[in-house]
Amino acid sequence: MTDSAKSAAGFDPSAFEGILGKLGHGGHLGMRYRAHGTGWVEMELPYSERLVGDAESGIIASGPIISLMDNATSLSVWTAIGEFRPQVTLDLRVDYMRPATPAKAVIGRGECYKVTRSMAFVRGIAHDGDPDDPVAHVAGTFIRVDNFLG
Amino acid sequence: MSADPDMNAILGFMPPFAETMGITVDHLRNGLPVMAFDYGPHVMGRPGFLHGGAMSGLMEIAAIAALRVTVAAEEPAVRIKPVNITISFMRGGREARTYALGEVTRIGRRVANVEAKAWQDDPAKPIATIFMNFLLSSPKQA
Repeated sequence: MTDSAKSAAGFDPSAFEGILGKLGHGGHLGMRYRAHGTGWVEMELPYSERLVGDAESGIIASGPIISLMDNATSLSVWTAIGEFRPQVTLDLRVDYMRPATPAKAVIGRGECYKVTRSMAFVRGIAHDGDPDDPVAHVAGTFIRVDNFLG
Repeated sequence: MSADPDMNAILGFMPPFAETMGITVDHLRNGLPVMAFDYGPHVMGRPGFLHGGAMSGLMEIAAIAALRVTVAAEEPAVRIKPVNITISFMRGGREARTYALGEVTRIGRRVANVEAKAWQDDPAKPIATIFMNFLLSSPKQA
């Protein structure tokens, strides 16, 4: 089996989202699975007035975009290695290129570009329809842990 | 609403997203708001722990509020726009009330540098910190 085939078969983020996504923070924000391949995952955050950060403009807050990208990049690690491996976010940087357009869904594409014994290195973009005109760029790292459930 | 004018001004900044997250002003410390939310499914990541994005959202609102309070005292008309945020996660957030407080490191003519930290039981043991850069502009430039 090639690495690619192993990855595609070994971890299915859509099933993972079905189990955990609806229960926690992501589900509360309305986040949902969109697509994935080896080393990448796309999540979607439908527009909602509940997420607005500036009532006057109707632009969504930046907080939900951090959550979207945290989830998309985290899942991308598991599609990169083809299995679930307990990890936590060590750090995340988000550059806000422009406000998301009100009423449009925000799509978060997370990519894992390197995995080591302890670390996973990720990057991603958030956009609202055109990946060439992103709302935000992110870069981050995840660290493997043993005590995932405390 | 509080009778304290500073508190009313801060509550006026609170966006719909803050309400969605259950974020409230817990108290003021040196005139700056300590924001907080209670643990619940709405802020849960892996079972039994806070979601990193939820912590980040809380700290970001604390940072913005700290900057707005500080700016309002000097130049109330200035608009602020977040440029970026760097988040460091230090400890897993457990099933407890979580607090965050922002601190303005520097306000320049065009840029403000703001930090915030989040903690649960002990402010001296942060669970996460952020650094943010904001662009400042007067209404006529914007």
